[in-house]
Amino acid sequence: MDMHAPKKKLGLKEKYQVMTRGLDWEPSYQKKEDIYPYATYEGIKIHDWDKWEDPFRLTMDAYWKYQAEKERKLYAIIDAYAQSNGHLNVTDARYLNTVKLFLTGVSPLEYMAHRGFAHVGRQFPGAGPRVACLMQSLDEIRHAQTQIHALSNYNKHYNGLHEFRHMHDRVWYLSVPKSFFDDAITAGPFEFMIAIGFSFEYVLTNLLFVPFVSGAAYNGDMGTMTFGFSAQSDEARHMTLGLEVIKFILEQDPDNLPIVQRWIDKWTWRGYRVLTLVAMMMDYMLPKRTMSWKEAWEVYFEENGGALFKDLARYGIKIPKCAETIALEKDHLSHQAWGTFYNYGAAAAFHTWVPEKDEMDWLAAKYPDSFDKYYRPRLEYWREQAAQGKRFYNKTLPMLCQTCQIPMLFTEPGDPTKICYREVDYKGGKYHFCSDHCKEIFEHEPEKYVQSWLPVHQIYQGNCFPEGTDPTAEGFDPLAAVLQYYHLEFGRDNLDFEGSEDQKNFETWRGQATKNV
Amino acid sequence: MSTVFIAFQANEDTRPIIEAIAEDNPHARLNEAPAMVKIDAEGRLTVRRSSIEERLGRDFDLQELHVNLISLSGHIDETDDEFTLSWNA
Repeated sequence: MDMHAPKKKLGLKEKYQVMTRGLDWEPSYQKKEDIYPYATYEGIKIHDWDKWEDPFRLTMDAYWKYQAEKERKLYAIIDAYAQSNGHLNVTDARYLNTVKLFLTGVSPLEYMAHRGFAHVGRQFPGAGPRVACLMQSLDEIRHAQTQIHALSNYNKHYNGLHEFRHMHDRVWYLSVPKSFFDDAITAGPFEFMIAIGFSFEYVLTNLLFVPFVSGAAYNGDMGTMTFGFSAQSDEARHMTLGLEVIKFILEQDPDNLPIVQRWIDKWTWRGYRVLTLVAMMMDYMLPKRTMSWKEAWEVYFEENGGALFKDLARYGIKIPKCAETIALEKDHLSHQAWGTFYNYGAAAAFHTWVPEKDEMDWLAAKYPDSFDKYYRPRLEYWREQAAQGKRFYNKTLPMLCQTCQIPMLFTEPGDPTKICYREVDYKGGKYHFCSDHCKEIFEHEPEKYVQSWLPVHQIYQGNCFPEGTDPTAEGFDPLAAVLQYYHLEFGRDNLDFEGSEDQKNFETWRGQATKNV
Repeated sequence: MSTVFIAFQANEDTRPIIEAIAEDNPHARLNEAPAMVKIDAEGRLTVRRSSIEERLGRDFDLQELHVNLISLSGHIDETDDEFTLSWNA
């Protein structure tokens, strides 16, 4: 890059004043509470909005300039990658399943983040956070668009990417990320900021983007690496917004502390549960691995998050209590998740497989206390069964947690041999939970979470079949009907990687790329 | 003292930036990962515009850092001349 840095007429601090608060005005013929109707009902007390300041002091003129530069770089690389058939340079075709999961599970959340920040940017009475939220809202729609553009190139060649938006609203495991964001966006503006701006962006986003993007680079996926880094270049600003907002709220009034603490506890756990998908991707789905889930958790949560919470202790903020449970799960999370997807590989829009021997050795080295003891024997058993033509596919539907919507696959804290079940009776109904934390979240806001659209319940109620389906007809196959409703093609988009069309096509095309045939 | 960090894409734009940071912050550690560099420092890390300009041979606006930034942690203070990350505890 060779950018022109002209001599400035105003210093950074002056320019920030002029371009944020300088553009704001006091309403004269409308009441403030009518203009900002959501600003007080959550109980957060703000006395002086002018105390909020973006430490980057980024103004809209500079924003457009740098974002335009990012876009120019990004699209030049995406075009070059597509023109040179870059998809054939990925390590092996199993890798592609990570981008399928990303496009169906994460990209639609970027769009929801765009909507969420547009909303809170409208609702906050302070000019400083409004400008920062406006920028983040624009960033998020850019992320959604660039991810869709970059990954559309894979859709020309591989299965499972063709209906990502349709699937996001329907497919069972995608209800986990979808309901997470729907939960955040239906909260008030302050809770949304703590949920997404602080807990997700500051505490957890490094765990999603840094290993994912670095992993994409390591596995030869230049397209994903490029949109990932381009998005990540905005994340530093998002994280800063999250941190500044929390400091601002806590400094404004001591009564805000208990409300904020409860939100941090809730959203750190909610976000962590969504990252189960990332844990599995890092440990099982990247053919060439960068770091294990456990290592990433230790660097980005325990070390980095530890420093953050130590710093926030001066306001009375404590590290979320779920951190203890998470520490007990870190040796098990990815293995339990991958085991579940291997079971339900007939109902997923990506392929699953048993890791190769060298991959199991890597897992054993990274997880010396758990892998060989609990998880290798099961994977080896599944491999033997598959070799005998009995590849195991689970045909019964799992019970889901009412809060996080993940199948009840997690084990008791401290006992990896026993599934963790919790339940609550509420107004004559029984509700099930994967953990104490999801149960507590429900108990605090039951009227919100009784409304969860749980895919398994919906299937059993007959709401997930194509229109006109007759479930009483002779020979009715419920799984086939559900997959049709998902727009998931049986035998192409799902089942084991071994023998898949993706596997065969990739092999053929890579062969053609290196030989004259 | 807690650790702050800043991470950049590893490319030709960031090479002089990373060199400048390493020289201005002798206590910082460079961790190289595929396609990226993460710089960790106890307590505090400072990025100086003048040090980057010396290496680039042209004027530099510290906000250009945004183009290749991946992540960071710590409280930020940015002026025309310096960009600083720090923890209070």
